[in-house]
Amino acid sequence: MSLLEIKNLHVEVEDKKILNGLTLTIEKGQVAAIMGPNGSGKSTLSYVLAGKDAYNITEGDILLDGESILELAPDERAAKGIFLAFQYPVEVPGVATMTFLRTALNAQRKLRGEGEYSTPDFIKLVRETSAKLGVSQEHLRRAVNVGFSGGEKKRNEILQMAILQPRLAILDETDSGLDIDALKTVSEGVNRLRSPERSMIVITHYQRLLNYIVPDVVHVMSKGRVVKSGGKELALELEAKGYAQYTDEAA
Amino acid sequence: MNAEVRAIKTTAEQALTSAYEGARAALPGKGAVAVLRDEAFKRFDASGLPHRRVEEWKYTDLRALMRDALPLAAPADAAAKAKAKDAGKVFASVDCRRLVFVDGGFVPELSDLTPEPGLTIGSMAEALAKGDALVAAHVGKVFETDDVAVALNTALMGDGAVIHVAADTRLERPIHLVFASGETPSSAFIRSLIVVDKGAQAIIAESHENNASQVNCALELVIGDNAQVEYFKATQTRGLHVASLLLTVGAKASFNTFALNSDASLVRNQSFVRFAGEGSTGALRGVNLLRGKEHVDTTMLIEHAAGHCASREQFKSVLDGQSHNVFQGKIVVKPHAQKTDTKMMTRALLLSDEAEADNKPELEIFADDVVCGHGATAGALDPGLKFYLMSRGIDDKQAEALLIQAFIGETIEEVAREGFRDALMTAALSWLETRA
Repeated sequence: MSLLEIKNLHVEVEDKKILNGLTLTIEKGQVAAIMGPNGSGKSTLSYVLAGKDAYNITEGDILLDGESILELAPDERAAKGIFLAFQYPVEVPGVATMTFLRTALNAQRKLRGEGEYSTPDFIKLVRETSAKLGVSQEHLRRAVNVGFSGGEKKRNEILQMAILQPRLAILDETDSGLDIDALKTVSEGVNRLRSPERSMIVITHYQRLLNYIVPDVVHVMSKGRVVKSGGKELALELEAKGYAQYTDEAA
Repeated sequence: MNAEVRAIKTTAEQALTSAYEGARAALPGKGAVAVLRDEAFKRFDASGLPHRRVEEWKYTDLRALMRDALPLAAPADAAAKAKAKDAGKVFASVDCRRLVFVDGGFVPELSDLTPEPGLTIGSMAEALAKGDALVAAHVGKVFETDDVAVALNTALMGDGAVIHVAADTRLERPIHLVFASGETPSSAFIRSLIVVDKGAQAIIAESHENNASQVNCALELVIGDNAQVEYFKATQTRGLHVASLLLTVGAKASFNTFALNSDASLVRNQSFVRFAGEGSTGALRGVNLLRGKEHVDTTMLIEHAAGHCASREQFKSVLDGQSHNVFQGKIVVKPHAQKTDTKMMTRALLLSDEAEADNKPELEIFADDVVCGHGATAGALDPGLKFYLMSRGIDDKQAEALLIQAFIGETIEEVAREGFRDALMTAALSWLETRA
C-alpha cells in the first residue's frame, strides 16, 4: 500500500480555487520533489496535508495508509507521523524551545499510546540531535524561533523533524533564505533522516536544493494540479527551460 | 445652579449609613481618629457609592454592582479560625512570617509573633484604640485622596496590620498577611499601615481568599529613603473586593509590586503612588485571569512629584467567558519632576468573543525633560501560532495553554524573587488546568 494517496483534491481559500483536482501518490521511503512556479499551489498542498483550517476542501480525499485523514486535527495528523517543515517558521515568544520539543514529543507519544520520555533520556536525545545540526544549547534555551535568523529557524525545523521522527515529512521551500553553508547543513540533516520507513515531500522552486537532497521522483505542479512527473533529471530540465511550457500547457 | 443634586440613596448606601451610625461609638479610636472617621463618612454621604459618571469608576459602577451592604463582620469563631489555618495557599510554598486575619480581625494565636530586631507588629484596632503614635502620624495621610472607597474604609476601618520596620533593618523572612473569611458572608473594612524606614528592606505578601463577603481593604505603605520593598498581592473572592494601596516613596528607594487576581468575582484594585523623593525606582505589575462573569478593575494613579525617578507598569489579563477586565493607569509628572522615566504597558488576551477588556492609559506631563511611554493591546490568540504548535502534535487545549502561559509568563518572569515567582506561576498554571 502507498503511504500517501491524494485523490482529485479540490481546495478553495476564501472562494478562490487553489488546488484543482490534484492527484499524487507517495510510496513508502520515497523522496518526492514537488516543483512549480509561484502560485501553483505548492504551499497550499503542504498546509492542507498538515491540517491547517481556513482551507475548504470541496472535493477529493487524502489517504494515509489507505485511511482518510481529512477529519483529523493537526495534532492527530502529527501523531500519525505527518510533519511539516514550515517555509516561514513562526516565532513563539515565551515558550522555550526545550519545553516545546518535549511537550510535542510526549503529546505525540501519548496519542500513539507510547510512554513519555524521561527527562535524562529526552535531554540526551536533544543534545545529540542538535549537535549534529549545529543548533547551540543557547538556542534551545531561548523561546521558539524568537530572534533566530532565517537559517537558524530552518535548522530548528529540521531539529524538530529529527526528534519527532515522522513517517511523512513535508519540507516547504526549506531552501528559501538559506546561504550555501546553511543549505548544506540542513540538507545533510535531512539526508541523515532518509530511511525506507520515511517518505519525504520536498517542495522547492529551484533545482539547487535537489543537488543536495536527491529525489527519487519529481512532480511538476501548475495551477493546482500535477502536470508532469518524472525522474530527478526532470528537475534539471526545468532549470534549463523554465516553467513556461507547463503554465502554457495548463492554460 | 451649582447645588449638588444627589440621587435617592440605594439600599447598599442606606445599609452603609446605618452600619456607620450603629457602629460609630464602638469603632476603635477616639479624638482625632473619630474626627477622621466622621469627615470620611461625610465624604461618602455627600457623593454616595462611586458610579459610572465618576470618571475613575466609569467601568466599575459600584452603585449598580452593590445590591446591598452586608452586616459588619462579627469576631471570628472557633470554626472560622480553624479554617483559617490553611488559608493563604497561594504563597504557602514560600517561607514567610504569617499574620492571620479572619473577616478582617487579627488572630494573634494563628500568627507568628516571634520577636525580630527592628520589627514591630501590631493590630490596627488596638493601635487606633490606644492612640498609637505611628498610626496617628500616618493613617489617612500617606496619600490624601477624595476617593469614596478609601473614605468608606477610613470611616469604618476596623482591624488590620500595623508593621514598622526600623531603619537599616533587613527582614529575615517575608511577611505574609493572610486574610481569610468565616462561614457567614459579611462586610469587613480592613486598614493596614506598613512603614519601612530609611535603608530598610522588606518583602510583604498579602493573600485574600474570600467567600461571598464584601471586603474593603486599604494599605498605607510608607517607603523611606534608600529603602527597598517588594509587595505581592493575590486575591480570590466570590464576593466583592475593593482594595486601595496608598503609597509614598522617599528618595533613592525602590519598590516592586505584583498583583494576581484569579477566580475573583468582582475586584477593584486601586493604587495611589507618589514618588516624593528623587532617584527612586518602582514597578507595578500584575496578571488577571478571568472567566465566567468575573470583573477585575486595576486602576492606578502614579504621581511623579520628584525628579529622576523611574516607574514601570506592566499588566496582563486573560479573559474567557463573559468576563470583563478594566485597566486604568494615569501617570502624572509634576512640573519640577524632570528626568522622569515611565513606561506603562497593558495587554489583554481575549479567549472568548463575549469577553470585554477596557484599557485606559493616561499621561499628564507638566515637566519638559521626561521620557514617558504607554501602550495597550487587546487581541485573541494567534491562530498561526496555535497551528504551528498543533502541527507538532500538541492538542488544541494544550496549545492554547502553552500560549497563554507564555503570554502571562512574560510578566511573571519579571518577579526577581524566585520563591514568589514560582508561587505565582503555579497559581496561574492551576487556573489554566481548570479551564474548561
